Amino acid sequence: MRTTTRVLKYELHNVVRSRAVLVYTVLLFLLTDVLFRFGGDGARVVISLLNVVLLLVPLVSVVFGTMYVYGAREFTELLLAQPVSRRALFAGLYLGLALPLAGAFLVGVGLPFVIHARPEAALWGPLAMLLTAGLLLTFVFTAVAMLLATLFDDRAKGLGGAILIWLTCAVLYDGVILLLITMFREYPLERPVLALTLLNPIDLGRVLLLLQFDTAALMGYTGAVFEKFFGTSVGRVTVLGVLLIQATVPLLLASRVFRRKDF
Amino acid sequence: MTAPVASTPAVEFRALRKHFGRVTALDGVEIAVAAGRVTALVGPNGAGKSTLIKCLLGLVRPDEGAMLLAGVQLGDGYEYRRGVGYMPQAPRFPDNLTGREVVEMLRDLRGHAARTDEDLLEWFGEPGALDRPVRVLSGGTRQKLNAVIAFLFRPKLLILDEPTAGLDPVASGTLKDKIQQVRDAGATVVLSSHLMAELEELAEDLVFLVEGQVRYAGPLAGLKERTGEAGLERAMAALLRRGSA
Repeated sequence: MRTTTRVLKYELHNVVRSRAVLVYTVLLFLLTDVLFRFGGDGARVVISLLNVVLLLVPLVSVVFGTMYVYGAREFTELLLAQPVSRRALFAGLYLGLALPLAGAFLVGVGLPFVIHARPEAALWGPLAMLLTAGLLLTFVFTAVAMLLATLFDDRAKGLGGAILIWLTCAVLYDGVILLLITMFREYPLERPVLALTLLNPIDLGRVLLLLQFDTAALMGYTGAVFEKFFGTSVGRVTVLGVLLIQATVPLLLASRVFRRKDF
Repeated sequence: MTAPVASTPAVEFRALRKHFGRVTALDGVEIAVAAGRVTALVGPNGAGKSTLIKCLLGLVRPDEGAMLLAGVQLGDGYEYRRGVGYMPQAPRFPDNLTGREVVEMLRDLRGHAARTDEDLLEWFGEPGALDRPVRVLSGGTRQKLNAVIAFLFRPKLLILDEPTAGLDPVASGTLKDKIQQVRDAGATVVLSSHLMAELEELAEDLVFLVEGQVRYAGPLAGLKERTGEAGLERAMAALLRRGSA
């Protein structure tokens, strides 16, 4: 634990000062700020930010994360040559990467709400869900980045894998679900689709946020099934739990590979 | 665990084997590195030098064989690395940390509060040189930082991979003096370099690896005697020719 906190301390110093993280923070801040200035109230801004959170946050987390881990490869080897355990070092490296990205998201999106939003009770639920979804997606896709960069020695393969996973979760997965729905439209597919939705972190984030605004009514019977499951406290806790599992599984796999890897 | 005995080699590799897929990196390597001496580790590219060093540091796990440090067999633990200093070839430090922060990080990780060897920090005598972010440091200055870290914790075993690469002649001379100084103080130095003049100046023993096998291990003078060549470069070339004949 002591090693982890010591590695974390210096990794935080390094990543927080990174220009890429600074640009990410400023970009999120400006985007949110502009949405407020163009006449949006708090709830509208949350809806407008939906796709930013669902597409940009995973993309930045997985691509920046993968590139960062590859860039730190030689220094990681130097750290591994010190009297430290691989497990503790890995934990420090992951947290040192994920926490600054999560902080950048929180500051970039959260600060304009503090500056502009009127304190309406109706806003806090959707805003809290937006921030929670963004934070969890950051942890999920940073864990995926750690796994890819640990698994593949070839930087091009790792980065290619990162972009492919993002593309699959953000675009291709929904296309496949749509195709399945079209092919098997004669069958009651609501529950299988619900199950498939649970497998994709970006879809989970989308459903969580959309249900905050009662837009389920626009999705017909499927929406009603989704509302019935995800709209309840149990459903929301399940979704948050699944997102946590989606962050934990790649992280544990990456830690296992890291502990056994030849550097 | 084997109990250490008197005059035990500082490092021993026993029948060490390592494969990467179909490639054999180390093929039954048997070496005893004498304590308190400078041993050069040489060989053509792909001979297995880096793999051997990485095995000793715990970065690579051998498939077979054993490694002993001062007579004690190394297992999966990492505490033994407290007595090892490592200077990798052309390291990359975190871009946004300053040189001082990198040193402090290593100091924190090692848990050393006192008794550090700060001689080489004199290299950074000019105001602020150690307080600049690593990304703005020249290659030579990064290499100096690399050396500072390797020597800082007064290790009993120093592993130096191309230590003078990128250093100016003055800094290179200072580093060579430092290597001899720690050797005189009882430390064991394993040195990998392609600069034969540097090896002839510093090393007393030599291990010559070819295709993962030890072609020669012994005193540097013994190699020249065996091949009848006066220079180290020609002596190694002669050994290579004999091996392939």
